Amino acid sequence: MKETVQNLEETYKHILKMFLHQKSEHGLYEAQQFSKVLLEHQVSPEELISVHREVLEELFPTIAEEVLDSLDLLLEVMMGYGMAYREHQSLRDRQLELESEIEVAANMQQTLLPKEIPSIGSLDIGVISVPAAKMSGDYYHYIKDDNQSVGVAIADIIGKGVPAALCMSMIKYAMDSLPEQRLQPAALLENLNRVVEQNIDDNMFITMMYGSYDSRTHEFHYSGAGHEPGFFYFAKHDQFEELFAKGIALGVSRDAKFREYSRKIETGDLIVFLSDGVTESRIGDRFIDREEIIGLIRNYMHLSAQEVVESVYYELAKLQDFQLKDDFTLMIIRREV
Amino acid sequence: MNLSIRYENKADVVVLYVAGEIDAYTAPKLREELIPLAEKGNNVKVDLSDVQYIDSTGLGVFIGALKATDANNSRLTLVGMSQRVQRLFTITGLDEVMAIEEEEGSK
Repeated sequence: MKETVQNLEETYKHILKMFLHQKSEHGLYEAQQFSKVLLEHQVSPEELISVHREVLEELFPTIAEEVLDSLDLLLEVMMGYGMAYREHQSLRDRQLELESEIEVAANMQQTLLPKEIPSIGSLDIGVISVPAAKMSGDYYHYIKDDNQSVGVAIADIIGKGVPAALCMSMIKYAMDSLPEQRLQPAALLENLNRVVEQNIDDNMFITMMYGSYDSRTHEFHYSGAGHEPGFFYFAKHDQFEELFAKGIALGVSRDAKFREYSRKIETGDLIVFLSDGVTESRIGDRFIDREEIIGLIRNYMHLSAQEVVESVYYELAKLQDFQLKDDFTLMIIRREV
Repeated sequence: MNLSIRYENKADVVVLYVAGEIDAYTAPKLREELIPLAEKGNNVKVDLSDVQYIDSTGLGVFIGALKATDANNSRLTLVGMSQRVQRLFTITGLDEVMAIEEEEGSK
């Protein structure tokens, strides 16, 4: 280290000498480059002034005493800057540390989401989930049972970022530990609600929509806990309808009861689940309205379910300059045969 | 976006006039005003006539306040919601557990 400092002194001496001699642009450029090297070696401003003083003394043995004294004064003044710089350096290191920690957490969070979409002969399922920041408060889940039924859940944890992400793991584990009620939406939500109500902060809540598709009868049974309505698309009438299940959000009141709804799904029909990050997309000062989302789905409806959700996401993200304000999750289930 | 909160002590009720947007940034301010009132056993009315937007964090404040009123025998009433705000309470099912009045003093 001492050697490098000495080298730096030599280099600076060289640059200064050349500059005083030639007064060229090139000398200034060299000085600029040299300041980067100084930062790299964490040389403080006051250290450089002290070097400058030494070099001057060496180059001009007859230099006025006042000039050198004035550099001593400048050195004192620069000490504050040096301290601020070191503080900045340590904050930057800490920030990098935090960022890499969040990166690890975000990767862990990804493992809470299903790794693959279940394949059920008659269904085409597509999903996209994109967090506004690194960590997401949106959650989705599939459960396939032995009777050719598939359960689908979408949940939105209040807020976003790290607190929401922590809460999401609770939902995941609670759902995993409820094997028996799996495919009865209302009972599932009642169970989850009790877990959430006991474990959640007073200001928090979770909204969820859960549905179970019976691929033998093609009936879709669903219940909702305060979740943003999705859509049905009925091919026969070429019409979209709101998919809403009234019920209170999870975590608000302990003994909440949930209603169960059911719809018959025909070939070509769609079931659309979404989070409010889709419907609350803001374009400038304006919120996008639900009709516009229907329009987007309609535009891409001839594609596979996965391509539809990806295309709709792309269009909405583009309208917001790819700066999502809220976590975005969109899921589409289509009956193919 | 800012949030302004103004009090009015009436005969048997404290009215909180809230104006602006209630989101993740402004929610703590509302929480600081609202929760202590609910915990003191006050009869609290929140006038939302000048609130254009509430996000889920904002809703959380009202849920926290509702739980505080249940625990402290106080009462929380919300009045003057815009259509957009009302929709949020309807979707989340909070309209079934909270006292919501259409217009200030209409009850």
